[in-house]
Amino acid sequence: MVDEAPAAADRLDPESAEWLGALAGQGPQREAALARLHEMLLRIAQRECRRRGPRLRVTGPELDDLAYQAAADALVAITRKLGQFRGESRFTTWAYKYVILEVSDKIGRHFWRHPAVPLDAEDWDRLPDRFGFEPAREAEWRDLLAALRRAVDTELSPRQRQVFVAIVVNAVPLDALVIELGSNRGAIYKTLFDARRKLRAALAANGYMGHDTARRS
Amino acid sequence: MNGYSELDRFLRTDPRDVGCTQAMEILHVYAELVAAGEPAEQRYPGIAAHLQACGPCGEDFDGLLDALRNEAD
Repeated sequence: MVDEAPAAADRLDPESAEWLGALAGQGPQREAALARLHEMLLRIAQRECRRRGPRLRVTGPELDDLAYQAAADALVAITRKLGQFRGESRFTTWAYKYVILEVSDKIGRHFWRHPAVPLDAEDWDRLPDRFGFEPAREAEWRDLLAALRRAVDTELSPRQRQVFVAIVVNAVPLDALVIELGSNRGAIYKTLFDARRKLRAALAANGYMGHDTARRS
Repeated sequence: MNGYSELDRFLRTDPRDVGCTQAMEILHVYAELVAAGEPAEQRYPGIAAHLQACGPCGEDFDGLLDALRNEAD
């Protein structure tokens, strides 16, 4: 489904226009704008790394290095995509988006430096904990999870199964899986989306879950 | 939340979900609307559905919003 497309801006706000003018220009003015933009991107990258830090196995100089790499790569991406900025937001918001995306990419790459589990592992015993099923109440959920595992084996395509097992069973972050499979976030998400839909339908058909009544537009 | 409802929530898919590519395309527009207190979810229901379901895109959105709300720092 396609949401409302953002309207093209009639004109840029003065600050965004100034950024575009300086970055599209040449000479010292452009160099100064690039330096200022890099400083801004680095600040955002460092802040974002600190925000995500507690949930990552990255700390100290490694995390700082990651922020520097993200800011540098975002600056390259932004200058390359400058012609794509349509003024739907402030220029700086548009630029921040790229540095946040670079932070995600760098974190995804970093995962494989010290992976918690190999990609081909399948430790199904972890599954109850992933969803918060209590061991003391195993009698209540044992059949449900056995049915889920059967559905994973019988309903999913090999690719859907691979993605489901990596992300859900092995807890590999989606962005890290993207790197490992040489894919992109949208494709992996879509594969997992289709797998979720198939699994839920299978569980509903066998009486383990109610039928999906998600709102439709 | 018990395991059943968490599994149910994870497997449930929203047909309005626009996917990562479209969400990332206008994430900056969406984030500015949210930061300004505008009804972004109503204007872009497919983006809202996606950001709720997609961990990485939701994380990027949180980061962008955090950046906008703390620009002066």
